[in-house]
Parts: sequence; structure tokens; C-alpha cells
Amino acid sequence: MKTTNKELSPVQQLLEKKYNGGFLNRSEKIIPVVLFIMAAVSVLTTLGIVLTLIFETITFFRDVSIVEFFTSTDWYPFSNTDPSYGIWPLILGTLKITLIASLFAVPIGLAVALYLSEYAGARTRKIMKPILEVLAGVPTIVYGFFALTFVTPLLREIFPSLELFNAISPGIVVGIMIIPTIVSLSEDALSSVPESVRQGALALGSTKWETASKVIFPAALSGILASIVLGVSRAIGETMIVSIAAGSTPSASLDLTTSLQTMTSYIVQVTTGDAGFGTTIYYSIYSVGFTLFVFTLAMNLLAQFISKRFREEY
Amino acid sequence: MALTAVNSTKNNQAVQAEEQLVYNTKNLNLWYGDHHALKNINLGIKEKDVTAIIGPSGCGKSTYIKTLNRMIDLVPGVKTNGIIEYRKRDIFSKDFLVEELRTRVGMVFQKPNPFPKSIYENIAFGLKIHGIKNKQIINETVEKSLRGAALWDEVKDRIHQPAYGLSGGQQQRLCIARCLALEPDVILMDEPTSALDPVSTLKIEELIQELKEKYSIIIVTHNMQQAARISDKTAFFLNGEVVEFNATDTIFNSPADSRTDDYISGRFG
Repeated sequence: MKTTNKELSPVQQLLEKKYNGGFLNRSEKIIPVVLFIMAAVSVLTTLGIVLTLIFETITFFRDVSIVEFFTSTDWYPFSNTDPSYGIWPLILGTLKITLIASLFAVPIGLAVALYLSEYAGARTRKIMKPILEVLAGVPTIVYGFFALTFVTPLLREIFPSLELFNAISPGIVVGIMIIPTIVSLSEDALSSVPESVRQGALALGSTKWETASKVIFPAALSGILASIVLGVSRAIGETMIVSIAAGSTPSASLDLTTSLQTMTSYIVQVTTGDAGFGTTIYYSIYSVGFTLFVFTLAMNLLAQFISKRFREEY
Repeated sequence: MALTAVNSTKNNQAVQAEEQLVYNTKNLNLWYGDHHALKNINLGIKEKDVTAIIGPSGCGKSTYIKTLNRMIDLVPGVKTNGIIEYRKRDIFSKDFLVEELRTRVGMVFQKPNPFPKSIYENIAFGLKIHGIKNKQIINETVEKSLRGAALWDEVKDRIHQPAYGLSGGQQQRLCIARCLALEPDVILMDEPTSALDPVSTLKIEELIQELKEKYSIIIVTHNMQQAARISDKTAFFLNGEVVEFNATDTIFNSPADSRTDDYISGRFG
């Protein structure tokens, strides 16, 4: 202790205590370790999932020829006499849904994003953005029975030839589901184009629409494309809506009005059914899951590539 | 020139002076919400002059220049009254499309703001939105504008490269070239060199001297030496009012108002 003529003020006493206690040092050393463990857990989990998929898929291909898997257009895993595992009908089902969803969601999503970033006043944005976030928060099971009990009957009023289970109704509803993804990421990309660029275009006498469509939109293109790819990726992986409203008939036909099965809804069908552990059907869900994973992984890599390749530095 | 016209106050000369005005501002008031930012501005700006607007921060000089091409409209809650005539047409009138005004009156901003496009596309943009599709005309105009902005020799081998690869000073000259492509009548410059280094600043100042042969230039500047070097006339703004507007020589050598004297001699601002 120092002599009395150097008495410590209350603040100095506290600081003295803090630095002599050594607590700060210890906690600062522990924090990065804890954070690293957390990071490692999530990375290892991902690795574990991918490895499981790969190993079980390999097991599946002991029973089924890989050539048949990729070339046959018949998917009859439940046939007792002559089961056939050609994944094409499931891929086609997924693509049909994804295509309809994209055709529906991309124009609407981009229009909403342009409106919010370039036209809407502060108040409109304040009201519309939370509503869109609610849309993003609706459980997909709710979307699923919305498709089956509302959209399908409505469409069948207009097109009586439409079957109860079809590609169009769940396609549209998957589209509705991915609109918030496209809007929110595109809107971020549009809004991050600096105000000065907008002013530069307006100062040359361009109208608001010319500015938005010929300067701001191209400038934000990387973010917009990435948002579309991520939206599409969500549509590919969507499960509940298609399980409920698209049917469970693997179909190699291009007809959009008939029942179909997607990769995801096949997995649901098997896992909720009574396929025994170790059967070929059991392993087939891993091969389908792995194919699905390749699709979504490719989309995510594409999104990353696009946003790097076309990134604009302002 | 204009000074003698004003001093001699002969009627016909006054009328002639009026003829030569590109901008005539009469009793302009402007509010940002409740803040009275421009108070009773009266200014006549002569064609082919370089008119400098000086004054301390917050004096309204930027607000005023942005009002001249109605870029101020972008600020929410702005109210104006009074008249600004551009070539005798009221710029606030419904018959005068703001797009037409901004096509005739170019603007260069404080920070270079090229579009995230190639050098070529930056200049071709203005032509394209105004419906010019002829490739030859566009190519010629791009070259002419880049030459006009003293940038051609530096970029002629890479006009299809991104504009963001240029230095700050080059970007600012590109923004000037972008204005020139539309062959404007007036160029507004809002502190065009405040984000640039001294060498780039000097180049822009030299460029302004060349441009005044063909264009009327109104420049807001923080830098009084710059105003003294390049302008024919200078307006001194303070607290939203025009304190003094006169030939630049007069403003800097024998200002009529003591506040002008205080500002230019560095006693405040």
C-alpha cells in the first residue's frame, strides 16, 4: 500500500481492483476458446451430415445401379415385384414446382423491391416491410393447406381440368413463400446503391423510372441475382407445401395439371411410412437427399459466385 | 462588363443585361421544415460567366445551387416561394418539366459520382435516355465530351473499363464530361474539388477556365482562393441571405459589406 499522501480516489480504487484481480485477463483468454468451440460444433455438424449422406448413398448404390438411378425415368420403389429407382421423375417434379414458383415470385419480388427502395415513402416502407416479414414467418405447413384448401379449389373453378393434386397450385404458393427472400435481399442491394449515383442520373434529366431501371437496377444486379438464386434454392428444398398439395405420384410427364412428387416429398413419404431400417427403400432416401443437397449446394455456390463476380464497389 | 451596365443604369443597357441572364432569382425563400434556409434571395446570373458562391458552412450556398436544377426536390419537407427564372421560364412552373430543366442545366457534385458502368457508358447514358440511338453520334459525342473535360488522352485506351478504376480527379472530370455530352447551357458545380487533391483541383480549375468559353458556370466553393482565381462574379452568402454580389475583384479587394470583408479575410467561417 502507498503512503497516505497518495490516497486513491474511488474511481482509482475500482480500477486498481479490476486490474489487480486478474479477472479481465482470464475472461479475455477464455472467450475466444468458447467461441471457437461453438464455431467448431457447427462446422462439424455440417460435415457429419454430409458424410452420413455420402456413406448411406454409397450403401444404396450397392443395391441399385448408379446408371439406372440417373437414366431411368421410372421411380417405383414400392413395387414388390420389380422396384425401379430412376430419380428423373422426382427431379422433374422438383423442377416443375421451382419453375412455377420462380415465374411467380421473381417478377413480383423484384417489383416490390424496386417499389420499396425507389418509390415508397418512409411511411409506406415502415408498414410494408414488417408485413413482408410476417409472410416470411408463416409456417410452411400453413402455406401447404392454404395451397390445398384455397388456391387449388380457386384454380379448379377457373380450369376445371386441373387435378386436385397438381404442380400449379403448390408452385404458386411456394412462390409466395419465397417472395420475402427475394424482396428483402434485392431491396438491400438496391438501397445500398449510393444516393449520389441516383442523384447523378436524375441531374442528367433522367426520370425516376429511367434512373431506377437503367442505373440502380444494373448497379444492384449482383445482389438481385443472388437473391433470386437463394429464393430458387429455397423453392427446391421446400417440403411441406409440396407434400400436402402436389400429390405423391412420381411422374416423368411435363404436364403441370397432374399429381407429381418432388425429391423432398418422396423423403417425407418414406420417413413417415413404414419402410424398414436397412431396406433399399430406406437407403433410397439418402440417395435422393444427397441429390437434393447437390442441387441446393450448387445454387448457394452460384449465389456466392454471382455476388463476388458482379460486385460493384462504390 | 455587367458592372458598367449596372453602373451606368442606362435603360437599354439594363434591358440588354437582362437578356443575358441565364438565371434570374427573385425573392426566393426556402424552408427545410421550420428552418428558413434561404431568405429573400435576389440574384441575376449572366451567361458565359463563372459565378462563384461562397460563404461559411450552413449559409445556404449548396441549398441555393441545388434549387437551381430542383435537385432540392429530393429532400423531404422542402418548401419554397418566390421565382427562379431560367432563360425567362419559371423553373417551378408545371409547364417546365424538371427533366428538361436538368437536361439543359448540368450538375457536378461534391464527390465524384460516376455510375458503376464503363467510362464509355457513363457518358453515353445521358444520350441514351434522351433517345439517341445512333452509334456513330454516341461514339463521337463520347470522344468530344472526354476531350472537352480534358480526360480523353488519359482514358482513350480504356474507355470500356469500369469508371471506378479512375482516380478521384479523373472521376470528377468524367462527371463533367457526362454533363458536356448533353451540351448543356449551364453547369452547376457544388464544391467540385472539395474531395480532390491539389493537383486534381488545379486541373479542374483549368478546365473551368476552358469551359467558360461555351458554358455558363455556377460554382459553390468553400475555398476562397479558388473563387478568386476562377470566377468573374462572386456572391457571398451568410445565414441564408446574399450579403453581397459583385465582380469577383470587387468582392475580394474592396467589399462593400464589413461581413464580406470579415469572411474573406478569414476572421470567421
